[in-house]
Amino acid sequence: MDLQGKVHKFANDVNTDYIISGRHKFKTLDMKELAKHVMEDLDPEFYSKVTPGDFIVAGSNFGCGSSREQAPLAIINANVSAVIAKSFARIFYRNCINTGLPLIECDTDGIDEGDKLEIDLGAGVLHNLSKDTDIAITPLPAVMLKILNDGGLVEHFKKYGGFNFD
Amino acid sequence: MSKTIAEKILSTKSGQDVRANDIVVADLDFVMGQDGTSGLAIQAFEEMQAKQVFDPARVAMVIDHSSPSPLAGVSALHKQMRVFADEQKINFYDIGDGVCHQLLPEQGHVVPGDLVIGADSHTCTYGAINVFSTGVGSTDLAAGLVSGKLWFKVPETFKFILNGKLPAGVYSKDLILYLIGDVTADGATYMAAEYVGEAIDALSVESRFTISNMAIEMGAKCGLMEADQKTIDWVTAHSKKEFTPVKADLDAVYARIKEYDVSKLEPQVAKPHTVDNVCPISEVLGIPIQQGVIGTCTNGRMEDLRIAASILKGKKIDRHTRLVVAPSSRQLMLQAMREGLIEVFVEAGAAVVTPGCGPCVGTHNGVPSDGENVISTANRNFKGRMGNPTAFIYLGSPATVAASVLYGKITDPREFIK
Ligand code: SF4
Repeated sequence: MDLQGKVHKFANDVNTDYIISGRHKFKTLDMKELAKHVMEDLDPEFYSKVTPGDFIVAGSNFGCGSSREQAPLAIINANVSAVIAKSFARIFYRNCINTGLPLIECDTDGIDEGDKLEIDLGAGVLHNLSKDTDIAITPLPAVMLKILNDGGLVEHFKKYGGFNFD
Repeated sequence: MSKTIAEKILSTKSGQDVRANDIVVADLDFVMGQDGTSGLAIQAFEEMQAKQVFDPARVAMVIDHSSPSPLAGVSALHKQMRVFADEQKINFYDIGDGVCHQLLPEQGHVVPGDLVIGADSHTCTYGAINVFSTGVGSTDLAAGLVSGKLWFKVPETFKFILNGKLPAGVYSKDLILYLIGDVTADGATYMAAEYVGEAIDALSVESRFTISNMAIEMGAKCGLMEADQKTIDWVTAHSKKEFTPVKADLDAVYARIKEYDVSKLEPQVAKPHTVDNVCPISEVLGIPIQQGVIGTCTNGRMEDLRIAASILKGKKIDRHTRLVVAPSSRQLMLQAMREGLIEVFVEAGAAVVTPGCGPCVGTHNGVPSDGENVISTANRNFKGRMGNPTAFIYLGSPATVAASVLYGKITDPREFIK
């Protein structure tokens, strides 16, 4: 899977309230509607700035806070193709895998706002086109890769009627 | 080989001999969803083409986050949950019954040694009664509803050894805030926390819930304690289920161990906008407060209500300050009424609201105005958490909140504690 886009950079500890505020998430199950409010409290212009395929890049502990699955779903529906961070909070991490949003764990210090990136998930390489640098990506454990490749946990269950990692 | 509590429970529930970092599919003892997460889970359940939950007796849904409904859109989500609950004959708690994390232990659904998931991040609360319980998202909840199973990465364990006795006016809330401030918001990410030591032994089960509740605020997957006689008495008073407590082996392997002496601890406050931005109360005394909140799954239990009422009794809160009180469950509300605590709150000038999450997550029931300062017994103070990104949220113990609303500024509760 090859991904290409430009970078929207955020700091450490971006919590799920920042990704999608509690004041919006209860209003609707329409993720396209919720997507308009993604990252709103950190950057009110965020949704309008995203070109399909762009990346959210952050420091450590991205997605900390609540278990709301609206967070990855709203990111997906804002047409962001992947989230790249030094580390992720664990519920958010699971939710991304389960909903099919690729996560990339790597050193993000050398990536800046507006940089163009190209990512080869299969080969495990992130290429920073703006800076002409390559960054190694921590590979995903097999179980998660399997769920992601099946298209998320719903598709995995539809295919096998339950968990199947054999 | 010797194991931590987390390794033992996941070994038993997966039927394999597992260690930290193994990935297992394990059997769940109980599965819970609340009104912020169940809608998406029901949708995923249907998309998975499932017809029935794995075992209705081991499933609960709770309407607590936006309860009673403030908006037509929320009412639609609630209705969807009610219809699902009726069809599936699961345990169901409607508006006014309480916060999910109070209800699951109180109604006897979870007991020591259990493996539990809840589609809410503070599901780690039941670790206080020796339950491996952890928060998941809606799709994981759906998978749990369908199969009664879930995949887990067996966590490494971070052991907190807590020695000494908490001084008067200093509570389990102050202790957990202190620990989070010390190890930071991601200090235990992907790990199980185990809390041991004489400071834990001395706490009531209610106070222990506060500590396990906030394990997630240090990134932990669960916040485990061993079951002592107090736990066993508490659980048998609330549940008819049989259970086998799980102890860590003496030579279990821990990723990290930290030891603390709690005997000199001051009341602690988390400052805006992160839970790990913690300081002793002496550093924030006098900061003006426009709203106080007593309640939530962290601190809305009898002990919390009693200590707050003892400070507020016969007094009036400051004229420029509001106070919202939300007992954590209907049962606790009734008990508080019998003990005259609700009368104390109402007379002091508080608004006592529906048992449930109250204003905690910013959906209703006390959204602060622009630039206002709130002091709350909740577990999170993120920017925008209570529905207004320009407000400032401080976190403290119920005693600290009660003392602060009396003067309309952050106040050391120890002046009220004999
Ligand atoms: S009281 Fe607050 S933290 Fe607890 S479950 Fe409700 S919204 Fe979440």
